[in-house]
Amino acid sequence: MVVPRFWRERRHRYSLIGTQCPVCGTVYFPPRNVCPKCGRKSLGKMEEFQLSGKGKIYSYTIVHQNVLGYKYQKPYIMAIIETPEGPKITAQIVDIEPEEVHIGMPVRAVFRRITEDGKAGIIQYGYKFVPDWEELEK
Amino acid sequence: MRDVAIIGAGETKYGEHWDKSLRDLAVEAGLKALEDAGIYAEDIQAMFGGNMSAGSFVGQDHVGALMADFAGLTETMIPAMRIESACASGAAALHAGYMAVASGLYDIVLVGGVEKMTDLPGDMVTDILAGAADREWEVFFGATFPALGAMMARRYMYEFGMTREQMALFPVIAHKHGALNPDAHFQREITVDTVLNSAMVADPLTIMNCSPVSDGAAAVVLAPAEIARKYTDSPIKISASTFANEYISLHSRESLVRSVSTIEAGKKAYRMAKKEPKDIDLVEIHDAFSIIAIIGLEDLGFAKKGEAHKLAEEGQLYYDGDLPYNPSGGLKAKGHPVGATGVGQVVEIVKQLRNEAGKRQVEDAKVGLTHNVGGIMTSSIIHILEVM
Repeated sequence: MVVPRFWRERRHRYSLIGTQCPVCGTVYFPPRNVCPKCGRKSLGKMEEFQLSGKGKIYSYTIVHQNVLGYKYQKPYIMAIIETPEGPKITAQIVDIEPEEVHIGMPVRAVFRRITEDGKAGIIQYGYKFVPDWEELEK
Repeated sequence: MRDVAIIGAGETKYGEHWDKSLRDLAVEAGLKALEDAGIYAEDIQAMFGGNMSAGSFVGQDHVGALMADFAGLTETMIPAMRIESACASGAAALHAGYMAVASGLYDIVLVGGVEKMTDLPGDMVTDILAGAADREWEVFFGATFPALGAMMARRYMYEFGMTREQMALFPVIAHKHGALNPDAHFQREITVDTVLNSAMVADPLTIMNCSPVSDGAAAVVLAPAEIARKYTDSPIKISASTFANEYISLHSRESLVRSVSTIEAGKKAYRMAKKEPKDIDLVEIHDAFSIIAIIGLEDLGFAKKGEAHKLAEEGQLYYDGDLPYNPSGGLKAKGHPVGATGVGQVVEIVKQLRNEAGKRQVEDAKVGLTHNVGGIMTSSIIHILEVM
């Protein structure tokens, strides 16, 4: 990985900020400049939308063969998380053993280190998800 | 629009070609196709080459010009360009070549596909292939390409109750066919146990649910159908060439158990060719992961949603069954040099329709369909081919 590609000011990545189309009301994450449903009618009108960070696991996998930068994390859990606001999000699930994960499990977003450029390289940050114990105990 | 036919086809063996470079492979396949068509380099008016990522795999871009140069076409100064649509680059190049001939702009067009993938270590290859997904919002967070396939598989199993054993039948069939194809990367049979007990890549996909990293190239020569018989006694008509896209990220899609791009490209292809699924004699389905083949078969109308594994269980998918599936061995056993794959699938159908497929020959094959996808079923490209 190279610095300019991933070391930018990315509020959306750090804070789970998506966009909402004011025409049809659909919420998008990651943010979009154009609503795929409303097209030009939405151009220039998309509004920022703060996600709650809550969600449920829609699907998941345990990754044993990694992309670059994840060698020391494997095996790790990747999931697609369904949020109550609508968008689904791809992220790691942490603070839990792989065999405890299941579809439908409530999770919440946390701010974590994602990966780093080698031993002394730039550290990249973003969101991961952890089990939402409060929801789980309900 | 004019009807378009394939008048020549050729491919290299797929596998680990440590003694051959990107250009060696492309030129070998291209020249085989020219020889098969009985034409000379100077007859070619344009060239389209499918290639996903030579820039990353071997540090070579400007692949179109390089191929034309080393295929001996420099002096003719014809247009030659590389077409990229991830793992569907090959079929995308054929779609471009089809448009070029159908439109009347060119008559004789060479379409190729090539990838040289085995020059790099595994994690680098995994990283390059992940470029077919969303680098910023999927891969950055640790998603590999097989991880995306695995999440489709997990959701599919959750919704329909398919088991890992049932999913394992697809690579077993692929290897059975690969064993009959002298050009396949893997020419040996495997069992359900081999699939279940092989190394886990991304749970529930083991390495045997995933296509291999292969080198290879494939090529076809296109001509207007009306003059095709001037070149060959057995021209193959391209009855449909269709292409549809959907959201690049899995998380942007409503469903993980169907591919709207495959559904759309399939519908258009059947309409264009005036065919239905029951008219298709054999298929080459994109099986980069077993789950993609399963969803592909369903979304193209060969099985009800959630039931593709029944075709495998009933033995229908063998080359001598009711729906011959991936007689070449498919991406799983024939191999998956990503840029070549889409063209290679078509080369297999051409061989089958000409009755030149040897031990894996499908009896009485008249109409074949290829399904090549780029990304995690993001781009779907369908070709329907038939005997003229």
